[in-house]
Amino acid sequence: MKSDLKPSRLSPRDILRVGAVGLRARRARVVLSALGIAIGIATMVAVVGLSESSRADLMAQLDRLGTNLLTAEASEDERGNPIKLPKSAVAMVERIGPVQHATASADIDARIRRSDVVPRERTAGVIAQAVRIDLLSTLGGEVDKGSWLNQAGERLPTTVLGSVAADRLGITRTGETIMMNETRVVVVGILKPIELVPTLDRVAMVGFPAAERYFGFDGHPTTIFERSTDASVEDVWAVLGRTISPGNGSGVKVSRPSDALAAKAATHEGLTTLMLGLGAVALLVGGVGVANTMVISVLERRQEIGLRRSLGATRSAIRLQFLTESLLLSGLGGATGALLGAAATYGFAQVQGWTAVVPLWSLAGGVAATLLIGVVAGLYPAIRASRLHPTVALNAT
Amino acid sequence: MTPAPVIELRDATKSYPGGVHALRGVNLTVHQGELVAVVGPSGSGKSTMLHVMGTLDKPTTGTVRIAGYDVSQLSDSRLSALRARHIGFVFQHFHLAAGRDAVDNVADGLLYAGVSLRERRTRAREALAKVRLEHRYSHTPSELSGGEKQRVAIARALVGDPTLLLADEPTGALDTASGEIVMELLHELNASGTTICVITHDSEIAASLPRRVRFKDGEIVSDSRPIFPTEEAGS
Repeated sequence: MKSDLKPSRLSPRDILRVGAVGLRARRARVVLSALGIAIGIATMVAVVGLSESSRADLMAQLDRLGTNLLTAEASEDERGNPIKLPKSAVAMVERIGPVQHATASADIDARIRRSDVVPRERTAGVIAQAVRIDLLSTLGGEVDKGSWLNQAGERLPTTVLGSVAADRLGITRTGETIMMNETRVVVVGILKPIELVPTLDRVAMVGFPAAERYFGFDGHPTTIFERSTDASVEDVWAVLGRTISPGNGSGVKVSRPSDALAAKAATHEGLTTLMLGLGAVALLVGGVGVANTMVISVLERRQEIGLRRSLGATRSAIRLQFLTESLLLSGLGGATGALLGAAATYGFAQVQGWTAVVPLWSLAGGVAATLLIGVVAGLYPAIRASRLHPTVALNAT
Repeated sequence: MTPAPVIELRDATKSYPGGVHALRGVNLTVHQGELVAVVGPSGSGKSTMLHVMGTLDKPTTGTVRIAGYDVSQLSDSRLSALRARHIGFVFQHFHLAAGRDAVDNVADGLLYAGVSLRERRTRAREALAKVRLEHRYSHTPSELSGGEKQRVAIARALVGDPTLLLADEPTGALDTASGEIVMELLHELNASGTTICVITHDSEIAASLPRRVRFKDGEIVSDSRPIFPTEEAGS
């Protein structure tokens, strides 16, 4: 018997052409079933993209603001009595080797009103603090209107308002006056929001000398701010409390304002996981849609399968044809979804003023998930198609 | 010299579950270059004959050799290769792919024979020229008449230069005039050397063919004459 009958393999190009035949014939169905996959992939890519973009934005903000600022606040000693920081605290902190800048602020006992016709009981929700004039440069804050306190201004009844404080008092320009206790104080400047220490936005700031002279301030600071070299932040942290308050170091609360921003970057993760889960569910539903489409496609195309078998297609060629069709179908959805997800990320990031970040791994993951779904959804229909008897398929009408 | 047998059935039987005996001990030899009609009423077993001769189905018992290969000895994938290289099918209802032009439909006849796309298309044009459809290369099935569709289907069966061409009721879905053109074409192809087996219930069509094998209840009731074609018919 002759035995030169070896079935030929289709070239990759032919495999794609044959796999696309079924898609071209039923476009509406193709679009709808690819849509399911597209929604799933788009959700996942967008969620990852937005979360990464927002994180990148926070990181950029941290980079800009620096992570080398520490604050030390007067707290309570072991017995629960409030402690006072020494007047020389700033000078003592400056003597710590790696410290580059140190400055201070202090709570003062002054009620703030918009004007003297407002009853004393109705305060404006604005706090008065005495500040050293190097505070603004140490925190990296900026003046929005007017100017910051200078060496003359810190002795006079003049104030600079945080952005929220100005808002609450209804002050939009400098030169207006507010009441601090019974003293009329001139607003010489309004600050932009201070990103590292947002509590200062609600403060009306006066100079140390002016606070002593007009509001009975005793000159003891309540909060010390210092910046050191990046490498020595931990070391400075370790000695800061004891330096400021020898013998009562535990009564000083040291913190790093940039940690709050870093924590914000971390809190997004829970939400991101949830949204990724939702995307995965959408993807799963899309996969079921593809499987459904493929099963119907095989049922409808029994004749075509029979014809191909009579033209010499092997079982594996038929299997490969339907598997390819399923892969193309889900691949189409996946590619569309990845594009939509990336576009959504760019659009949203644009609105938020972020730099859009679409990690390559999320796109690669999307493609991999798509291919996996294509194989899983297409395998059963493809095997069914290949098992159809050639004559049965041909007789079907 | 006797031409090689293309179809050889020896005591071939085919039974289906439920006790249906579609073929009961059929002996038939068709040689290269013949033009044979397998004729019989519906239910006579001629469709089963088509499936067995086309290697779409194996006999329950007995031997079937097509183009020299013992069908029962071949695996499913080798049978597929046998169909791809040695057998061309023409169906009553054409089975053309909608939305694809005549050239692509015909080129599909070579898809599973390991021929490159470019060559498939070249040979498809040649085959279409053979069935006199040079002017219909880029027409889709919906733009063709029934007779033209069947000629495209014949071109698809021919394009691989098969050892055996099997036509199942090739005129069954055509009007008389188109049917005559198709039959004329089959005669021409046979004259140029193709072995053709036409399965039909139509005695008139059968009468126009040189050899007629009549079927009834799964058995051959008459075989007009096992002719051996003359030398020049095969050249």
